[in-house]
This record gives sequence, structure tokens and C-alpha cells, in this order.
Amino acid sequence: MNKLKIIANGLIKENPTFVLMLGMCPTLGTTTSALNGMGMGLATMFVLICSNAAISSVRNLIPDKVHIPAYVIIIAAFVTILQLCMQAYLPLLYASLGLFIPLIVVNCIVLGRAEAFAAKNGVFDSALDGLGIGLGFTLALTILGAVRELLGTGMIFGLSVFPEDYGMLLFILAPGAFITLGLLIALKNIWFTTY
Amino acid sequence: MVHYVLIFIAAVFVNNIVLAQFLGICPFLGVSKKIDTALGMTAAVAFVMVLSTLCTFLLQKYVLDPLGLAFLQTLAYILVIAALVQMVEIILKKVSPALYSALGIFLPLITTNCTILGVAIMVIQKDFTMLESLVFAFSTAVGFGLALTIFAGIREQLRFSELPKSMEGTPIALITAGILAMAFMGFSGVV
Repeated sequence: MNKLKIIANGLIKENPTFVLMLGMCPTLGTTTSALNGMGMGLATMFVLICSNAAISSVRNLIPDKVHIPAYVIIIAAFVTILQLCMQAYLPLLYASLGLFIPLIVVNCIVLGRAEAFAAKNGVFDSALDGLGIGLGFTLALTILGAVRELLGTGMIFGLSVFPEDYGMLLFILAPGAFITLGLLIALKNIWFTTY
Repeated sequence: MVHYVLIFIAAVFVNNIVLAQFLGICPFLGVSKKIDTALGMTAAVAFVMVLSTLCTFLLQKYVLDPLGLAFLQTLAYILVIAALVQMVEIILKKVSPALYSALGIFLPLITTNCTILGVAIMVIQKDFTMLESLVFAFSTAVGFGLALTIFAGIREQLRFSELPKSMEGTPIALITAGILAMAFMGFSGVV
């Protein structure tokens, strides 16, 4: 397969959030601002690339019966590495993403890509697939975070767009996450059926 | 006693695991098409959640903490949970086939249900005692069940309404969940 196609596939055609609708918990939970969304997306991307490459390189050594537990352990190891690095170098982001960093282990995107792509393809292709899916996830989370931040506080990435008085706090709070994502997916449906 | 009641109310209504903390969204959207399946899933989650919290709590206090291995938390917990779910499945099959046929299909899904791992980590973060942890785990499962059942009831009605084509399926489900979350916000500040 064309290398660029693998990346584009994850970014648009199989976008984890808007098309596959996987990994909804961090999508809704961490997108209170564009920056948080992007941080979560990049953190997941790191785990995706590493776990895809690692799983692909040992795919012929793991007996079929225990492949799911083995994958989970590999993923959990990379999540632990990520946790320790973030605690050391990005303590603020780590604090605001909170519980959702360790929960990358049970993010269905990561295990899903391991099962659907890394278990069948070469190391380099699998790493690229991780990059593509990770970028798609980051893009989706950044868009969702930006829309919520804009509607909620009138800012994007901390820069004021509207005066502060126009902020609707609801969009930063829990209900806003559900409603914004619902509307964004509906918009995507319109876009895909018309174009 | 009042203390435990407060933990219960806080976990079920105020900090509802699905609608306020965004954990367990996948089963919330996935198995909420019928009330029966929602109840089955809730029972399975409650059972596994209390058991796994007990195991991970003991693991943390008697193995990881004394040995200074707290950084292995995520890895150790997910292993324990995965093993536990498998074991529950095997034991149920042998001991109570009736219960197994009711919960069986939900059990494999639970390993990747982030509420289980989430609660196991949360009770350590909140520094709960063992009894508090178990009460918290059980109440969280009740909260999960409450949200799931209400949502399933709404979705059963939703099937009969006419929607714009682009809103069918997940979009309308998410917006419904948003309105439900708004209703649950009314509880904030109660405890």
C-alpha cells in the first residue's frame, strides 16, 4: 500500500472519532479547551505509534490464544512510560488530563488498531498507521476542543475571539461535550452525503 | 453510616460516572438500545467492579506500596482486571449456568470498559479505606446503571420519531445524552 495512503486513511477515511466512533471517553472528557484536546490526542498518538510498531514486530511470536492479553500488556507498558514522562516534563498538562492518561490502556482505538492493522502488517507500515490514526484523533479532539472553548469562553487556544461576556459556560461543562460532538458528527454526515 | 450514604449519593447522582465524568461511554452508547440489555450490562458491571476494586485495593496496599512499585499501577491493574474477568466467566459457567447465560455476553466487553480501571485508580487517588472503596465501587455501578437505563428508555421511544437523515444514530444519541447530563447537573452541590 502507498505509504501516504496509510496516513491519509487514518486521518480522514477511518477517522477514529468522526467515522469509527471509537475512544469516546477521552474525546468527551478532555476537550474542555483546544489545547487539552490536542494534548490528549498527541499522548494517544505516541502510544498508538509505539504499540503498533512493537506489536507488529512480535506478531509472529505471540501464540494466537493469548494475543489479546499480550497486546494489552504491551500497550500498558507504553502508557506507563508516557505517564512517567508527562509527570516529569509536562506536569500541568498531566494534571488537567488526569485519569484519562492511564485510561489510554483501555482506549478501544489502540487495541482496535493493534488487532486490525498491526497484527497483519509490517513494522514500518504499522507505525505509519499509528501516526495516521493518531493524527486523525488529534485533529478531531482539537476541533471539538476549539469549538467548545470558543462557545464556552469566547477563546481559541487561549486567544480571545469574542468578548468574555459572550461565553456560554454550558459548553465547557459536561452537557456541552455531548451536544457539540453530536452536532459535529451530524455536520460530518451532511458533508459526506453531499460531497 | 451517614458518611457511606453521602459517598453513595455523590457517586450515583452528583458525580455520575457516565454523565459527569465521561467514563464508560462506549457501553453507554453501545448497549443502550433496549432496557433488558442495559440491566444485564449493569449487573455484570456491578459484579465485576466491586470484585476488581477489592483485588486492586489489596494489591496496591499490600504489594505495590510496600515494595515501592506504585509506578506499575496501570500495568498491574489491567492485568488483574483482565484475569479477574476471565476467572469470573469460567466460575460462573461452572457454578451458575443461569447467571452465566444472563451476563455471559457482557463479560468479555467489560475488560475494555474504562469504568472498571477508572474506579480502581480513583479509590487510590481519593485515599479511601477498604470499606469506603467497596461502597464507592458499588455506588458507581448503580450510577452507571441508572444513566444506562434512563437512556435506554429514551432511546426506545426515540426509534419512533422522525429525524433528519444526518441526525440519525449517534448524533441524536449524543444530543439526548447531553440533555440528560444537563438534568443531572441539577444535583451538583447537593453533597
